[in-house]
Amino acid sequence: MPVPLPPNPDPILNRPITPELVKKHGLLPEELSLIERRLGRTPTLTELGIFSVMWSEHCSYKNSRPLLKGFPTEKQSPAAKYGRVLVKAGEENAGIIDIGDGWAVAFKIESHNHPSAIEPFEGAATGVGGIIRDIFTMGARPVLLTNSLRFGELGSPATKRLLRGVVAGIAHYGNCVGVPTVGGDVYFDKSYEGNPLVNALCLGTLRHDQIRLGRATGVGNPVFYVGAATGRDGLGGAAFASKELSAESASDRPAVQKGDPFMEKLLIEACLEMMAVPGLVVGIQDMGAAGLTCSTCETASRGGAGIELELDRVPQRETGMNSYEIMLSESQERMLVIVQKGREREIEEIFAKWDLHAANIGTVTDTGRMVVKQGGSVVADIPAATLTDEAPVYHREAREPAGLAASQAWTPEAARLPDLDQTGATDALPRLLAHPTIASKRWLYRQYDHMVQHGTAVGPGSDAAVVRLRLGESEKFVAISNDGNGRYCALNPHRGALIAMAECMRNLACTGAVPLAMTDNLNFGNPYKPESFFQLRECVRGLADACRFFDIPVVGGNVSLYNESPEGSIDPTPTVAVVGLVENEADITTQFAPGPGARLVLLGGAPTELGGSQFLGIVHGLKTGDAPAVDLAAEARLHGLLLGQIRAGRIAAAHDLSEGGLLVAVSEMLFGPGKAFGASLDLAGFAPTRVDALLFGESQGRVLVAVRPGNEEEVLAAAAAAGVPAHAVGGTVAGGSLAVATPRFAVSWNVADLRRSWETSIENAMRRPGLE
Amino acid sequence: MRISVLQFPGSNCDQDAYHLFASGLGLPTRYVWHKSDTLGDADLVVVPGGFSYGDYLRCGAIARFSPVMAAVKAFAAQGGLVLGICNGFQILCEAGLLPGALIRNNSLEYRCITCELKVEDSTPSLNPRVLGPSLRLPIGHGEGNFRIDEAGLARLVANRQVIVRYAGNPNGSLDDIAGIRSERGNVIGLMPHPDRAFERFHPSQDGLAFARAVLATRFPENLGQKSA
Repeated sequence: MPVPLPPNPDPILNRPITPELVKKHGLLPEELSLIERRLGRTPTLTELGIFSVMWSEHCSYKNSRPLLKGFPTEKQSPAAKYGRVLVKAGEENAGIIDIGDGWAVAFKIESHNHPSAIEPFEGAATGVGGIIRDIFTMGARPVLLTNSLRFGELGSPATKRLLRGVVAGIAHYGNCVGVPTVGGDVYFDKSYEGNPLVNALCLGTLRHDQIRLGRATGVGNPVFYVGAATGRDGLGGAAFASKELSAESASDRPAVQKGDPFMEKLLIEACLEMMAVPGLVVGIQDMGAAGLTCSTCETASRGGAGIELELDRVPQRETGMNSYEIMLSESQERMLVIVQKGREREIEEIFAKWDLHAANIGTVTDTGRMVVKQGGSVVADIPAATLTDEAPVYHREAREPAGLAASQAWTPEAARLPDLDQTGATDALPRLLAHPTIASKRWLYRQYDHMVQHGTAVGPGSDAAVVRLRLGESEKFVAISNDGNGRYCALNPHRGALIAMAECMRNLACTGAVPLAMTDNLNFGNPYKPESFFQLRECVRGLADACRFFDIPVVGGNVSLYNESPEGSIDPTPTVAVVGLVENEADITTQFAPGPGARLVLLGGAPTELGGSQFLGIVHGLKTGDAPAVDLAAEARLHGLLLGQIRAGRIAAAHDLSEGGLLVAVSEMLFGPGKAFGASLDLAGFAPTRVDALLFGESQGRVLVAVRPGNEEEVLAAAAAAGVPAHAVGGTVAGGSLAVATPRFAVSWNVADLRRSWETSIENAMRRPGLE
Repeated sequence: MRISVLQFPGSNCDQDAYHLFASGLGLPTRYVWHKSDTLGDADLVVVPGGFSYGDYLRCGAIARFSPVMAAVKAFAAQGGLVLGICNGFQILCEAGLLPGALIRNNSLEYRCITCELKVEDSTPSLNPRVLGPSLRLPIGHGEGNFRIDEAGLARLVANRQVIVRYAGNPNGSLDDIAGIRSERGNVIGLMPHPDRAFERFHPSQDGLAFARAVLATRFPENLGQKSA
């Protein structure tokens, strides 16, 4: 029978475990009972803190795990020459995919929504820092960052403050650490008011033989702590505890961690140098959420081992920290490294070169237990697997939100929505282009260093980013696209998720890339609300269906629940990123038409749907209707056709129709760098159903391509052979106007005016009086 | 022609500078660690971009005290050729090897864009006849706003020490100054990145011509030499 642990050296931690204390740790009474059964005794306060973070949704996925099991985690097609999953989702800090020739990429997306809502600069900065650590802990050198951001409407001062802070935070961290921020996606919608989403993605490269795992093995091997010293910052969701537990004022303890990108840069270089030494590193894991606690019990649990820690040896930047604080601190830029016994000197020398801490704080044991000592006493003693694999799992109740079916049945005809006339169309296009969701994101990405490491072939602003990877003496081009339309997911969660995947895949095809694998960040409301759980369940099902259909494995990601504003839950927002390879540099294609003289061909057919469109939102103030229909088989045919035609050298530019539909797409194709030119579109031959849907509808599976002169017939023939509807709709022309003939009227715009609306909209909103 | 690229803790364009010379120009190039007090056998020392020592306190203010900078000063005093790019320019100013200082951009924001630069008639190799009237080079900095006192500016202009000016000023720099040289001409610093303008897919390949012209400042026989 286990005996109680000795008293903690800090008397404040010897308080009895009351129901209030349990509740304040976010644990249910039955979860406490479960803990007591596993331990055979009542937990100490330190142990209660440890369970509270490890059994949180962030670490345990206790509400989402049963759903996530539906994701395919391996490539089905054995014939693929690359794309094999080397490290699967959920096994480690990030998944790893083979890219051929002995090389691989590790990538993952992770949220920092709540910290960014409270303190946008530090919240976003540490989000970037955390995801970079997840990548280099696998042995990979971080080579690119992207992000998916969601904010409330830009008119509000609160949104401006959040946007400014988040962008500055991402820039501060990414720029200093020297990893280019090459792309991302940004939406502005009322549903994110007060609860912005900040999802950061990092991708790194490594050889297969450089893969390192977060596993503690080899009894007697020393456990090293490297990087920054531990402080009381970021005690996270349990911050209240430190307030109550300490006699000091809690006011000087930030709930949000503070990042130090310079420290992270040193840590990257030191860790990669250390991992390059054969046989020195047995296992390595970053200290992210739940810091020392999570890294210790996860490495022990994965290795089937135990770990004994001596907290007196943990580098600390504050005095008098107790075991609760040290174990739960989320101080940034720290790593846990299991080193081969007898080679301690080697790691110490490497970290001394980089002027970083490397402290031997413990030992791998064969007990399977995480034993924590401080001041000579055992302060925590928990079977490691209890914290990780044996966390409770809940199947929550799901209920379709009221009004969803009615909204899906909405039609413009039934709603007596007047169709566009010439004046309406003339006004609508610049309004759409100026809406921050559609407008140029230049104000954001010019603050990000998107060129460092000199590999950026296609930077921010096109359908997908492309980065050249230096792999020893050879090189490859990796492409990445982020997507996730919360509006569609709110109107039809399953379909919205299918669209998120389909659009990412389409963006990669437009860029000339073959897709490899995806990572996703599930941003949802409170899972205890059956409507929120329904949205989560249906979106996960949609992503899983699309991934299985396209044979795209999920290599990992993150779940962020409880995204609620005073108005209610955010729109359900799965953000998706798909990574692909461009096999030949010559195939790299952007959305920017090179100049006059190209033929414009619309692939996929005329848009016919208005539901869920930005047009409805911006022009009519409506968020209604059903999300556009998705035909995955048609998508696959379209992507295959695009890739084939790009490789045949017939396509000068390709741009997918998404937010804002056909006219926004054609406008954006004219907004590339270089000299101004125009376009002429003849849509008069399309069925005269609704002009608004034709011009601005967001029917899926559509791509506008600029065909190189003289290649139009071949492209149309190839489309016919592939079973993809294709229409020659016009061409790019010299001069400064965009002219469009619709089935009902003709309309034209000055391209320079359109461009100004699109390019300066966010800048104007964010301008600070007295500057620039 | 041997190139040494310095590495400070926090340098993050060290590889970019390395590859401009090694891959772009095919020259033997190596790294020199900041704790080293010698530069080895170098014909050109490159102080690369990044955030040396986190750029805490002030950009370049800590790096100037590192052992390798003493070696760089001695090298420059003997007429050795030194090129500082971005953070490297800031370090050279802090070290007193170049006049002036770089402060926060007037937008108070970091800027990563490609800039049109006007080439000034500065030396036999750095002038419009060699480089053409303009260069397109990317910038990536938060503190590239060049400042100098009135007398200093007058000296820079009188001595033709300004090598490139911004065609559209991105950061508030005095007199649109983007890059300068020392009076003697062997120490060159600029905020724009020639090391981001040499690959096929970069916004331009003007970095190659610029790098050749820098080498030709001291080794005129390299002017017009094609890359390997």
